[in-house]
Amino acid sequence: MATIPANEGFDAHDHAHDHDHDHKPGFFARWFMSTNHKDIGTLYLIFAIFAGVIGGAVSGIMRAELAQPGIQYLGYFADLLGTANPTFDQQLHLWNVLITAHGLIMVFFMVMPAIIGGFGNWFVPIMIGAPDMAFPRMNNVSFWLTFVGFCSLMMSAFMPGGTGQGAGTGWTVYAPLSTSGSVGPAVDFAIFSLHLSGAGSILGAVNFITTIFNMRAPGMTLHKMPLFVWSVLVTAFLLLLALPVLAAAITMLLTDRNFGTTFFDPAGGGDPVLYQHLFWFFGHPEVYIMILPGFGIISQIISTFSKKPVFGYLGMAYAMVAIGVVGFIVWAHHMYTTGLDVNTKMYFTAATMVIAVPTGIKIFSWIATMWGGSLEFKSPMVWAMGFIFLFTVGGVTGVVLANGGIDDNLHDTYYVVAHFHYVLSLGAVTSLFAGFFYWFPKMSGRMHSEFLSHLQFWVFFVGVNTLFFPMHFLGVQGMPRRYPDYAQAYSYWNEIASYGYVIMAVSILIFFVNMAYAFLAGKKAVANYWGEGATTLEWTLSSPPPFHQFETLPVIDDAAHAH
Amino acid sequence: MSLADTARSMGKAIRTLGVVAALAFGTQAIAAAPAAPVAAAAPVVAAPDSAAPAADAAAATVDKGYYVPMKPTPGKGQPVDKGWTFQDQYSDTGEQALWMHDYLLMPVIVVISLLVLGLLFVVMARFNKRANPVASKTSHNTLIEVVWTLVPVLILVVIAVPSIRLLANQYEPAPKGAVTVKVTGYQWYWGYTYPDNGGFEVISNMLSDADALKAGEPAQLAVDNRMVVPAGEPIRIQTIGSDVIHAFAVPSLWFKLDAVPGRINEKVLIIKEPGLYYGQCSELCGARHGYMPIAVEALPRDKFEAWVKTQPGGTVGPAAETAAAPAAPAPAADAAPAAPAA
Repeated sequence: MATIPANEGFDAHDHAHDHDHDHKPGFFARWFMSTNHKDIGTLYLIFAIFAGVIGGAVSGIMRAELAQPGIQYLGYFADLLGTANPTFDQQLHLWNVLITAHGLIMVFFMVMPAIIGGFGNWFVPIMIGAPDMAFPRMNNVSFWLTFVGFCSLMMSAFMPGGTGQGAGTGWTVYAPLSTSGSVGPAVDFAIFSLHLSGAGSILGAVNFITTIFNMRAPGMTLHKMPLFVWSVLVTAFLLLLALPVLAAAITMLLTDRNFGTTFFDPAGGGDPVLYQHLFWFFGHPEVYIMILPGFGIISQIISTFSKKPVFGYLGMAYAMVAIGVVGFIVWAHHMYTTGLDVNTKMYFTAATMVIAVPTGIKIFSWIATMWGGSLEFKSPMVWAMGFIFLFTVGGVTGVVLANGGIDDNLHDTYYVVAHFHYVLSLGAVTSLFAGFFYWFPKMSGRMHSEFLSHLQFWVFFVGVNTLFFPMHFLGVQGMPRRYPDYAQAYSYWNEIASYGYVIMAVSILIFFVNMAYAFLAGKKAVANYWGEGATTLEWTLSSPPPFHQFETLPVIDDAAHAH
Repeated sequence: MSLADTARSMGKAIRTLGVVAALAFGTQAIAAAPAAPVAAAAPVVAAPDSAAPAADAAAATVDKGYYVPMKPTPGKGQPVDKGWTFQDQYSDTGEQALWMHDYLLMPVIVVISLLVLGLLFVVMARFNKRANPVASKTSHNTLIEVVWTLVPVLILVVIAVPSIRLLANQYEPAPKGAVTVKVTGYQWYWGYTYPDNGGFEVISNMLSDADALKAGEPAQLAVDNRMVVPAGEPIRIQTIGSDVIHAFAVPSLWFKLDAVPGRINEKVLIIKEPGLYYGQCSELCGARHGYMPIAVEALPRDKFEAWVKTQPGGTVGPAAETAAAPAAPAPAADAAPAAPAA
C-alpha cells in the first residue's frame, strides 16, 4: 500500500487529470467483473434504486388496499402474479407476501445497498485518501451476492408458500409460522435470499474494516477521519457481529423446515421464542446499520453548508460507537409481549432508554454545528435539516415504545409502524436523498437541478408526513399491524395515509425527472461545486473522479483538517 | 475566559441543572401518585352502564344459567371514528399506563420535538448566509456538551421511575381463587377454556360483516361466542398457541400477551366495570391473521355465573374449583348462586 508510483503524471491535488491514464476496461469487464470501488458503488446505487422502486410499488398496492375497509385489489394482484381465480385465503396470503417483500426489499436491498454499498464504497476510500478498497475482488463478490439474493427473493414470490404463492411470514420470519406454518419452497427461497445478501454484507463489512484500519493516507489518524467514515466503520462492526447470528437463526429455520430438527418446535424440545431472541439480536443492530451511515452523511452535509467544522467531533464519533454498543443489548424490547418476566422487561426498558442519550448528543451537535455558521440552503442541506426534524419525531416515539408497560398496548400496532417509518423511511431515506444530491454531481460529473431537488424535498416532506403521521393515531386507537382489512372506525386515517402515499410517489417521479435532466442537460460539475465548506478529500478530485485516484497518496496536514 | 469566569459559568450551569432536577423530580412526585386521581375519576366512568336489559333480570332462573349477549356501548371498548387518542381504559393498569403516557411521555416528547424544530428555525433565521456572512469556527464547548448529555439522562430517569412501577403492577400475580381463563390461539380463531369452571372451551369465530351489523356490532370485531369474565375481580389469563404464535390483545384493557406454542404465558387482568371490550390478534399468524378478533364481555359476578351454567359442563363455586374431573357436574355448586341483583 505504501508504494507510491513516483512517475505518474498527476498527484492527488491535481484537478486537471490526464485522462489518458484512465485505462477503463470494456463494458462487460467494467460492469460485470468490476474491481473498482467507484464502479461497484455505482452498481450498488443503481441496484438500490431499482429495488426501491419495486419495494415502493409493493407498498403502493398495500396503501391502495388499505385506503378503505374491505378487500378490493388483492384478488386482482394475486391473479396477476399467477394464482388464477384466487380464493379468499389466497388473496389474504398475498397480503402477507406483500408486507414480507416490502420489509425485506427495503431493508436488505434498498437502504443497506444504497447507504453502505453505494455511498460507503464510493466515498470511504476517497475520504481516507486510499486508491481503492482493501479487497477489490471481494467487493465485487459482495455486490453480486446481494444481487443474486434479490433474485432469490423475487423467485420466492412465484412459488408455493403454504396458503398461497410466496413467503408470507413477515420480514421477521418468525417460527413456527415460517416452519410448520408455511409449506412449500417459497420460504426456503426467501431464507436463502437472506443468506446470500447477508454473506455479501459480511464480506463488505470485512472489506470496510480492513480498508479503514489499513489504508488511511499518511496523517489521516482515526480521530481525523470524516464522520461518514466513522459511521461506516461502526456500521461494519455491527454487520460483522450481528449478521452471523441471523445466519445461524435462519439456518436453523431451514433445518427445522427440511431436515427434521426442532430448534424452534416445542414438540421436540425447542422454543419459538428462541428464534425471536436470535433474530432480534441481529435485528436491533440492523436498524442502526441502516441509520448510522445516514448520521455520517448528515454530519458531512451540515458541516459543509454551515461552513464550519462539525461541533463536538469526538462526541459525535463516540456517540455512534455508543449507539453501536448499546444497540447489542436492547434486542428484547421487540419482544415485550412474548412473555418475558418482569425483571427482564425492566432491564430492557432501562437499557433501551439509554440509547436516547447518544442520539440526543448527535441531534444537538448538528444544531450546534449550524449555530454560528453561515448557512447555505442548497438541496442537500434542506434534506439534511428535514432529516434532523423527522428523525427527532421518530426518535421520541421510540422513547415512548421503550417503556415495556406502555408497549403492552402499542406493540404490533400501527404506532410501531409509524415509529420505524419515521426513523427509516423518513430518516434513513431522507439521509439517502441528502447524500445523493450532495454527491451526485461528484459521482456523475453532471449537476442536478437544484429547483427540482428542492421541489422534491417539499413534496416528499408533505407526502411522508401525511402518509405516516396518521399511523400514530391508528396505533393508539389499537389498529394492529399487518392487517389487510380493518374496522370502519379506522377508515378515516387510513384514507388520509393513502393520499400521503400518492404525494410521496409524486416526489419520487420528480426525482427521476431530475435525474433525466441531469444526464441530458445538466451542467458539468467542477471539482468542488459546494465551495469553501466542503473540505473532505473527495472535493480535491475532479467530478467524476479519475478511474483510479490517489496513485500518489495525499498527505493530510494538521492545519487543513483539524477538528 | 479567565478561571474565575469559568468557575462562575460552571456554578451557573450547576444551578441550572439543579433547577432542572428539581423540576424533574417534582414531576416524579406527581408521578408517584397516579392511582389516587385515577381512582377518584373512576366512578364517573362507571355510571353509564345501562347495557343490561330489564328482561335479563326477569328471565334469570336459579337452576339453569341464563345469558343474553351484551350490546356494545359506542365508544367503549372499541375504536372510535377518526379517533386519535388511546381508547378509554377499563383496567387498573390501563388507567395507570394511560396516565403515564398522557401526562408524562406526551408532554416530554412534544416539548423535545418542538425544541428541536424551534432551534432549527432559529439557526435558519439567524445564521443563514445573508444574516451571518462569516461563519464562526467554534467546534467545542465542553460545558454545553456535558449539559446536553446530563439533562436527557435526568429526563430518562424521571420517565424510568413510573415506568418500572407500571411494569411491577402489571406483573402482580393473580391471587388464589382468581377465575382462570386459558386463551388458545388457533389458525384462525380463539378458544377460551375455563379450567376452574368445569373445563369447557368456548370457540370464538369472527362474525361476517353482515352478521355483525345485524347484531348491532362493529364489523371485523364482532365474534359469535365471546370470552365472558367477571368484572371487578382479578382474572388469571393464560395464553398458548396451538399451531403458530398469536397474540391476545385488547386495547381498552391495555392488555397484550403472545400465545406461543409450547409455553403458557400468564398475566392478571382486572376489568373495572361490566362492558364489551374488543380486541384483535396481534401477531402475524398466517392468511386470516386479520380475521380472528377478540370480544371480552365482562359481567357482574352473578351474571357471569349464570353464563357459566349455560355452558356444557359449566360449574360454579368452590366445589367446582376442587373438582378434578371437569366432566362431572358439581350439584353442590347450584345452591350457591345468588338471585340476580339487577
